[in-house]
Amino acid sequence: MSRRASGLKAWLLQRLSAVYIGLYAFYFLFAMLGGAAQSHEAWRAWLASPMPALAMILFFIALTTHAWVGIRDVAVDYARPLWLRLSLLSVVAVILLGSLSGAVMALLAAR
Amino acid sequence: MANNNKRPVFLDLTRIHQPVMAVMSIAHRIAGVLLFLAIPFAAYLLDLSLRGPESFAEARALLDHGAVKLFLWLLIWAFAHHFFAGLRYLLIDLDVGVDLATGRRTAMAALGAGAAAFLLGGVLLL
Repeated sequence: MSRRASGLKAWLLQRLSAVYIGLYAFYFLFAMLGGAAQSHEAWRAWLASPMPALAMILFFIALTTHAWVGIRDVAVDYARPLWLRLSLLSVVAVILLGSLSGAVMALLAAR
Repeated sequence: MANNNKRPVFLDLTRIHQPVMAVMSIAHRIAGVLLFLAIPFAAYLLDLSLRGPESFAEARALLDHGAVKLFLWLLIWAFAHHFFAGLRYLLIDLDVGVDLATGRRTAMAALGAGAAAFLLGGVLLL
């Protein structure tokens, strides 16, 4: 289950996603300061335009990937025995996949 | 119990200190777990806010709720600390700030930046 996100690959994914999340945070902050969420119309119009929508979809992909690698690291360190770790990580996977698909579907529906 | 060992026994918890990097590191983990908990909330809020004008107002009202504000305040600290501590790790990966004295100073800076963001967030939110 964790073979796809372990070792060097997980290390690299964690850093690449971190850089994107950090850059996106500034982009989002400036959009907010510019009034992107001032009203429902403004918010919807902002997220219906291609670049902001794509940037936010990529943000949620980076965010859930980053969270998966991070929580997995924490679980491997503290969650024992193995059945407890696997149950916790299953719940985490469901939460992350649910959040990602929910966010992407909401963004696609707004277009 | 007789203690014939001449080494000092030092278990006074108020005087045992973790190195500042250890404090920064565990705070980075705690902040990460907090931020993870915010992900489903963020996805829910995004969905709600895009459904329509009434739902948008509902999402806004939710963000104005006292308990939610408290959680947001904590999240501001979590994000800032995770960001600065993470930046520090990225720089260390690039061989910047690896030596002990610099590492200690940057760990302290990350903790300080998180605390500063917490104070600023408190002023903005409350």
